[in-house]
Amino acid sequence: MKGTGNADLGRPRMSVMKRNEAIAGYVFMLPLLLGIVFLTYGQFVYSLIISFTDKSVFGTANFVGLQNYVKLLREDFFFWKSIKATVLYAFGSVVATQLTALAIAILLNNRNIKGKAFFRTIFYVPSIVPAVASCLLWMWMFNPDFGLFNAALKLLGLPTSKWIYAENTAVPSLVLMSAWACGAPMVIYLSGLANVSPTLLEAVDIDGGGAWTKFIHITIPMISPVLFYNTLMGIIAGFMTFTNSYVMTEGGPNNATLFVNYLIYRDAFQYNEFGYASALAWIVFIVLAICTLVIFKFFGKKVYYGGADQ
Amino acid sequence: MAQTSDVKAMKLNKKKLRFSTVILYIILIAGTLVCLVPLYWMLRSSLMSNAEIFVFPPKFFPSTWRWSNYVKTFQNFEALKYFTNTMKILVPCVIGTVLTSSMAGYALGRLQFPGKKLWFALTIGAMILPGHVVLIPLYLTYSAIGATNTYTPFYLAAWCGGGASNVFLMRQFMRTLPKDYDESAMIDGANRLQIFLRILVPLCAPIMITVAIFSFMFYWNDFQGPLIYLRSDNKFTLALGILSLRGAYASKWNYIMAASLVMVVPAVVLFAIGQRYFIEGIVLTGVKG
Repeated sequence: MKGTGNADLGRPRMSVMKRNEAIAGYVFMLPLLLGIVFLTYGQFVYSLIISFTDKSVFGTANFVGLQNYVKLLREDFFFWKSIKATVLYAFGSVVATQLTALAIAILLNNRNIKGKAFFRTIFYVPSIVPAVASCLLWMWMFNPDFGLFNAALKLLGLPTSKWIYAENTAVPSLVLMSAWACGAPMVIYLSGLANVSPTLLEAVDIDGGGAWTKFIHITIPMISPVLFYNTLMGIIAGFMTFTNSYVMTEGGPNNATLFVNYLIYRDAFQYNEFGYASALAWIVFIVLAICTLVIFKFFGKKVYYGGADQ
Repeated sequence: MAQTSDVKAMKLNKKKLRFSTVILYIILIAGTLVCLVPLYWMLRSSLMSNAEIFVFPPKFFPSTWRWSNYVKTFQNFEALKYFTNTMKILVPCVIGTVLTSSMAGYALGRLQFPGKKLWFALTIGAMILPGHVVLIPLYLTYSAIGATNTYTPFYLAAWCGGGASNVFLMRQFMRTLPKDYDESAMIDGANRLQIFLRILVPLCAPIMITVAIFSFMFYWNDFQGPLIYLRSDNKFTLALGILSLRGAYASKWNYIMAASLVMVVPAVVLFAIGQRYFIEGIVLTGVKG
């Protein structure tokens, strides 16, 4: 009797402690919890609901079924233009930004370089420039008549360009601009490169392999986690780009830079078609989700995580 | 014989090494120019007269450095008003973000409770969830409660965790601190609030500075949020104010560049001061993420 009594006493005490900890956990998490439920996932569901209606700011919303989606996919001229422009930009900016960032990181990782911290700081500065200021600056540099770029091209005797002011050069110009601000992936690559095992590199040296062999067979596999992360984040950021099309091109010329996030903004906040714009947002979300899954499927497996520190 | 050729090879190697190092430096200096010349172009344009700006071929140096452009820009642009508005959003939001994200980081990183895995998974999900999907419903929600054209939408977001990536950073950092601290404090009779405030907050100072810098940069740069929520000019932030300046003085690129530089300088200064925390934070999200 006595023994069981003690055991009974022991158990509730443990669970009281656990219960206190659970309560504390929820109390400390309460702000985040409210945010996640009401400002993130709740809104996510709300967005899906709106996308099946003809919601505008004033007036009541009517349920219209799949009408918005059908109209978007079948009739909306701007939708396909926009998807094409966005995919082009996202792909271009990921390739340009990641290659630039990786190249700089590899240069800075060289043992013979002094003043690494200095160069790293300088190469990061463009990423610090606020988006609106950076857009205005590049717009001015892209100016076909009085801009820096055409002045430099003329000086070198090269043909000039209309940059963001012509249909076929607008997206490449914005891609160029995105590569200017490659600080974040560069820093991440640098830390990835610092972890590449020197013994493995020496092993290639002993086997008589050159710099290229080292890079392809040792460096790339060993930095694959950061390569994967940077690429994924770059694609998402590329798809979500907004400020450049709003400030610099207003989607033009001839819809060449009508990126989806700008189209969503225009349909919702300028044309007051919230239901329609929500359907658009959902289609983009689904496309992006499929892209992410494909990337995970094909490249996720190839990512090398050293030991247990994943 | 063999020795001399070895020495020769070594010398050759050294020369080759020097040569490649020189090339490396040339590339790095070229890169430095690519990074900085655009910013110089901003400065140079901001100091020119409007006639000088529209000259072809463009001049690399202004004939006179017209610092008076800045006085005129401040007069036309009401920089002080937009700066004050930006600060009215920024200061409470940075405080809210640091506070609520560290609280959530404590719960997710150090406490055991049912449902923790689910909430953490949802936080990670929110990190990759593209923001454009929730933009419209959030606007409609705030519009329904009459919170548009106020700073409420910014305050609410900041005081409700302040962004999933900040929570994630806090949680990762909190996990690395030894559990013994909490346990010995518990034995001494401290409650969890005391543990959080007296033990963890001081230890988390580095990551809190990182999160503070990140959220400062976010609200300083934020464009789409203010664009959607704010309607009247006397509520506008710097980012929106510069665009209204452009609307009013479409071809006065000297004033537009001056106003842009006003926005660039504080960001770069903060980066220069807090660089260590900033870069560590980027690396932490990227490598551990």
